Amino acid sequence: MAYVAVKGGETAIDAAHAWLNEERRGDASVPELSVAQIEGQLGRAVDRTMAEGSLYDRELAALAVKQTAGDLIEAIFLLRAYRTTLPRFGYSLPLETASMQIARRISAVFKDLPGGQVLGPTHDYTHRLLDFSLLDPGAAASAPRAEPDRSAMPRVPDILGQEGLMEADGEAAGEPGDLTREPLRFPAERDVRLQALARGDEGFVLGLGYSTQRGYGGTHPFAGEIRMGEVAVEILPPELGFAIDIGDIVLTECQMVNQFKGSKTAPPQFTRGYGLVFGFNERKAMSMALVDRAMRATELGEDVTAPAQNVEFVLYHSDNIEATGFVEHLKLPHYVDFQSELQNVRRMRAEQQRVVERKEAAE
Amino acid sequence: MKGYNFAYLDEQTKRMIRRCVLKAVAIPGHQVPFGSREMPLPYGWGTGGIQVTASILGSDDVLKVIDQGADDTTNAVSIRRFFARTAGVRTTTATAEATVIQTRHRIPEKQLREDQIIVYQVPQPEPMFRLEPSRVETRRMHALADYGLMHVKLYEDIARFGQISISYDYPVMVNQRYLMSPSPIPAFDNPKMDRMPALQLFGAGREKRIYAIPPWTQVKSLDFDDHPFRAINAPHPCGLCGATDSYLDEVVTDDHGGRLFVCSDTDHCAERRAAGYVGTDGMKEAAE
Repeated sequence: MAYVAVKGGETAIDAAHAWLNEERRGDASVPELSVAQIEGQLGRAVDRTMAEGSLYDRELAALAVKQTAGDLIEAIFLLRAYRTTLPRFGYSLPLETASMQIARRISAVFKDLPGGQVLGPTHDYTHRLLDFSLLDPGAAASAPRAEPDRSAMPRVPDILGQEGLMEADGEAAGEPGDLTREPLRFPAERDVRLQALARGDEGFVLGLGYSTQRGYGGTHPFAGEIRMGEVAVEILPPELGFAIDIGDIVLTECQMVNQFKGSKTAPPQFTRGYGLVFGFNERKAMSMALVDRAMRATELGEDVTAPAQNVEFVLYHSDNIEATGFVEHLKLPHYVDFQSELQNVRRMRAEQQRVVERKEAAE
Repeated sequence: MKGYNFAYLDEQTKRMIRRCVLKAVAIPGHQVPFGSREMPLPYGWGTGGIQVTASILGSDDVLKVIDQGADDTTNAVSIRRFFARTAGVRTTTATAEATVIQTRHRIPEKQLREDQIIVYQVPQPEPMFRLEPSRVETRRMHALADYGLMHVKLYEDIARFGQISISYDYPVMVNQRYLMSPSPIPAFDNPKMDRMPALQLFGAGREKRIYAIPPWTQVKSLDFDDHPFRAINAPHPCGLCGATDSYLDEVVTDDHGGRLFVCSDTDHCAERRAAGYVGTDGMKEAAE
């Protein structure tokens, strides 16, 4: 038999991609999904894609979800690769989440508080029973409407802060870092850590956050506040000299309140774990807040013993685009290295055999 | 390509990468952190090499891309197409014709020249990562040229197995200063790096590091006086071209032990066959 080198790689790749496109469309007798439908009806998938793709654009995120047949990590990848090519016109002013247009706001640490508890559109307290009526297209669901509450909704940590029981938010040390422009360096400051967590894989951050609750770097957390709603984005064009509003984005913010017994320099008080995510994603915001607090161990004089407290470990493994690329690269050809390992193992076996034979001959 | 800059990356990014390349050339073997971009190809599939290539490529360059020594492996095809599409440069499979060669896991058999640049795709730039996973620690070790950990690992190999058990990604010392990963090339290729006339650039996209070996730099595979470095290769000639000095792939030809050993460098093998060299299995191929 003759060895025929695998030629025609290009044709094979083209054919594979054509098949992929056909696969994605599915049964042609079923109407095609529109991007608007995905944007409107698969909102949480769009939210996650925007958050981990680090790009707030609902339409493009929905397009990515469509193009990848709902493979969200692939969708995030598409959005990230597009985002890299965009020019930076400027940076927004810090977002003011205290003046968020609230759709949901709950606090687990007070029974009632200024602005009240607002459940909003939550899965909480739904009974997880499949709703078979959704099998058939039906009328649009509608919810009762109430007069909007115009009272102020101060952030819970700010309420605690008035009494000095909550550590101050602190001033930023300068311009925040940007992981997408500069390589990660250690020690990584909190701005960069929060950026990494905000774009980190939801499942990874969830798992790490969960591990802190099970004893791997406990942080004694209370959900001080979770809020979700629209926040105005403002920029300050130098030629104008005043801030202008360029639009609203939906954010989920979580502030965990964590017990802290104090140190030589700080009195006993509560400390913060912070989570902020694009779109409506409470699970991610809460997990992020847990891990953020865990990674502050060194700063607060706590022992670093658990994975969630190890900043280098968390930051180098939270990015799902890096992770999926490297895990999946194992399917690329490795036959050159494998061949060298084969020869190596054969040589070592031969060597061992020789030693055994020599020993037997001597006996 | 419409809507994208020449060779995909914007000029600012290329400038940033070129500065890192220059720094890397100035400190042979030292890993320079760089602002690796998110490329439209996955991390781990050559994004570091692609970014380096994109930054050094000019419109009159001729590009060759190989993976496992072959021009026609799927990922090599994909990367070559990426540059043909985004830069419109001429591509080739002939080693001698190329001005820039991007590679994964091999160095071509033909000796490279001073007017050529070879760009390696690097999955893991840190040579000691299996011994010390923390990059904060390994960075300190490089700064102090504290490579005892690696020497102990090699010593332990010899003590346990009678020989060093590393067969690829075999660590090298560059210019008598920095311990460096040669990327996962077989140890067989390591000697080609020593005093190579061509500039050698290494890009690790996911790990965000660039490093380099300037032309004619000393590159020494780690070893001991009484256990000198030995390259491993299959003890056969190439079945197609009869070469006895090229790195061989082992091809399984049937399910009862049949094997064919052929050059991993497909261009090298094709060139030899065109020149009339024939191996034992090459005869059969011609006859069929």
